[in-house]
Amino acid sequence: MNQNIGVVVFPGSNCEKDAMEALADLGATPLLLWHADSDLQGVDAVVIPGGFAHGDYLRPGAIARFSPAMEAIIDFAHNGGPVLGICNGFQVLTEAGLLPGALQKNAGLKFLCKEVELQVESTNSVLTNMTSKGQTLRIPINHFEGNFTCTDETLIELQSQDQIILTYRENPNGSMANIAGICNTTRNVVGLMPHPERACHTLLGSTDGRILLESFIQGAHAAV
Amino acid sequence: MDDQLHRSLGLTDDELAKIIEILGRDPNHLELAMYSVMWSEHCSYKSSRIHLKRLPTEGKNVLVGPGENAGVIDVGDGIAIALRIESHNHPSYIEPYQGAATGVGGIIRDIFTMGARPIAIMDPLRFGPLEDARSRWVAEGVVSGISGYGNSVGVPNVGGEIVFDETYKGNPLVNVLCVGILPKERLVLGQASGIGNLAVLLGSTTGRDGIGGVSVLASAGFGDEEEDAEKRPSVQVGDPFEEKRLIEACLELLDEGLVVGIQDLGGAGLACAASETASRGGVGMDFNVSAVPQRESGMQPFEIMTSESQERMLAIVEPENLEQVFAICNKWEIRSSVVGKVTPSGALRIVDDFDGEVLGEVPAASLHEDAPLYERPISEPDDMDTAITDQATTLSGPEKIEDDLFDLLMSPQWATSQYDSQLFLNTVVGPGSNAAVLRLKHPTSGEDTGRGMALTTDGNHRWCAINPRIGSAMTVAESVLNLACVGAVPQALVNCLNFGNPENPVVMWQLSEAVDGMAEACNAFDLPVVGGNVSLYNESQGTNIDPTPIVGVIGLINDLSKAPPGLTWNDGDRIILLGPEANGLNGSAWAFMKGHRRGSLDPIDFDLHKRVCALTRDLVTKELVTGLHDISTGGLGVSAAEMAINSGVGCTLARTPDHIAFFSESPSRVILAVNPELLTEVEQLAAEYDVPHERIGLAHGEIFTVKNLLTVPVKDLQEKWDNRLSDALDGGTTQG
Repeated sequence: MNQNIGVVVFPGSNCEKDAMEALADLGATPLLLWHADSDLQGVDAVVIPGGFAHGDYLRPGAIARFSPAMEAIIDFAHNGGPVLGICNGFQVLTEAGLLPGALQKNAGLKFLCKEVELQVESTNSVLTNMTSKGQTLRIPINHFEGNFTCTDETLIELQSQDQIILTYRENPNGSMANIAGICNTTRNVVGLMPHPERACHTLLGSTDGRILLESFIQGAHAAV
Repeated sequence: MDDQLHRSLGLTDDELAKIIEILGRDPNHLELAMYSVMWSEHCSYKSSRIHLKRLPTEGKNVLVGPGENAGVIDVGDGIAIALRIESHNHPSYIEPYQGAATGVGGIIRDIFTMGARPIAIMDPLRFGPLEDARSRWVAEGVVSGISGYGNSVGVPNVGGEIVFDETYKGNPLVNVLCVGILPKERLVLGQASGIGNLAVLLGSTTGRDGIGGVSVLASAGFGDEEEDAEKRPSVQVGDPFEEKRLIEACLELLDEGLVVGIQDLGGAGLACAASETASRGGVGMDFNVSAVPQRESGMQPFEIMTSESQERMLAIVEPENLEQVFAICNKWEIRSSVVGKVTPSGALRIVDDFDGEVLGEVPAASLHEDAPLYERPISEPDDMDTAITDQATTLSGPEKIEDDLFDLLMSPQWATSQYDSQLFLNTVVGPGSNAAVLRLKHPTSGEDTGRGMALTTDGNHRWCAINPRIGSAMTVAESVLNLACVGAVPQALVNCLNFGNPENPVVMWQLSEAVDGMAEACNAFDLPVVGGNVSLYNESQGTNIDPTPIVGVIGLINDLSKAPPGLTWNDGDRIILLGPEANGLNGSAWAFMKGHRRGSLDPIDFDLHKRVCALTRDLVTKELVTGLHDISTGGLGVSAAEMAINSGVGCTLARTPDHIAFFSESPSRVILAVNPELLTEVEQLAAEYDVPHERIGLAHGEIFTVKNLLTVPVKDLQEKWDNRLSDALDGGTTQG
């Protein structure tokens, strides 16, 4: 597997190096994509990492969606390119309209950093196709605004189209339907609040993130 | 001139006379304002400097000792580590969210000023009692501020402490430690050199926030509430997104070799940065005050020079590199303006345009080197003789010891779960264990060295209130033992000395004693002090806080292929207690809980303590224990309860006859959980190290039992542990 995977950096991103470390560890070739640059450099897939893209004093991702890199990524996604948004990346994808719904403040009105148990709801996405349905994954969350919300109609659509890919076993943030991660209808764009890159090394307590990122790298391969 | 002005700026009549002597004339308002901030207690250490000299600062691994923005040590493999600890106590009482947030911002700038990428923060926090509404408001705001700033700026918060006690009711302690990592060759110092070089101001605009922060606020105690509220504008407002871009821009400037020296703007603002860079470089500077980007119109030169607006840096740049510097700043969307020129004169001249009017002129070095040095009077407390004979062991024992145990249990998780503790994929052991453990990766290549670094912060006002000298030594000893529990060898120490009003001779005695105790311990453990901070005037309505020296110690782990054992045991493990017999209750959390705040402490046996540490490290390295925990706050009772809570497995303890053995905090003791098959090996090793050891029990089942003392389900302990802080603090409103 020698997929080139672009990792987008906004001025306030902070998980880009972590994402690169995890991807490289799994055999992919990550490279940084600067937010002000619309050239995606021919990458096979794109990761939008965690952080606070533009400080997020406004809604997280509200400014990031207008960046030149995002415009290119929207085209890339519409052409079937695999796109993964982690945490702030998920927020950016919902703001950019690549994924439905929105992420609001946690129900407890506090930032939360802790390991949670996720359940795989659908294996039909670029992030979960190597997992098995019902599988439990231990992966950390790290966010203030991870409380997924959408209209009732959208929720019914998400459910009927099998777009809910990961749920929390114990809801930490008030997310509707315990949603931790979703995909688009064409299954190539995925967003999740938990951080799979933080669960890729035995020393860090869990390696359950590897299967997700391996799936994504495989997906990048398939998309080439 | 106005004979009241210097006093309102916090200068004494003698200090004014000294300024007149230096200048050979009366200072103008601008000059006086600069002296007042630079000669403040906070910036000049005028009351403490004379004592701090007694701390050992040398070590073969020390690259930069005290006096710079941060201490730096060589950790091998071409890697250096910068570390520093600071206080933001006063601002955090007035405006908890911003006070704590800007404390985080300030310490991070100190670290990247050295050329290091900040990779970890720790927050030792102390507040008034949870029963007090104002203290809850302060605690909630401080934790929110640390969370809001630290998470956004992107530096993981890997540990610290959270303590509640009556002594901090009118004056909380908000200390913050930061560690950064750098390739050894990139080490930079905050100095200007090269006549004709330019001083470039990077980052935020300069506003009227934080004027007099170091003098009006940080160098005086608290009085009545209305007066305190009026100090609120002296607290700065933080912008973590600006800081994040400033970090990235500065590290890129350093990577590209585009700056000669760099200095952060913290306390005393531009007056400090301009004069420090100049005097360290043995040069002068012409400083163009009108070139400083201002947040509001009509600012006076003295306001611009002393403003403590956050997220600003001063870089010294050779003129031919200026365009490249601007380009990198533009990329990161931070402002950059030429505000100064390095001159050969030795004078700091404040000018209105480089060829315009001279608004003020002082010898740059006089703002630092000529700062007053006070040998303030020292005296022992009057009631010393009676206080030391008042032994806590004479207190009657608890009627229901489990209730006292419950009251001593408190998980820090309410606070720590609000901090990103995992960023950068280094955190092997996060908050709430013996010590934090991080992977040591090369700062440039990211390559894992296979080694680890361990961090701990410790402080104990109870011990230090009773005996500041022994209490401080015990604090250092506890840190060293914490590091041993994760298999780390201690390398260097930084301290934050939080004390009351230095004009009170008893407070100065406490400070002097604490420094001596710390020096004794550091010498005994071969631990160099590479940096520190002194926070005085921690008083409220005339009452000083208990002396609270906080130490941060960094250690190295030679082989981090496995995570060290934590606070846990398996069903069937034998429980061993290492170290000397428990001795007394003076200064224990239990005694303080009962209102007993007097007594004496026995001097610590450094030789024995070193053997306990060496044995503990060996046991961890050889993987002979399932889990372990040093015995500190709350004694054996709390340490054992934490092991039970964390593992969900109960225990039966014997040889713990009474509440004294259960709650004593006498030092040099560790509780071990050992697989029965390894028991002989562990005991042999303990004998080899000549460390007393005793089998005290067995881990099993779901009940926490101490023979003839108490029986309580682990789930009850767990509940008290988990809920203490959330029950008290979740009712409040979120600030920020």
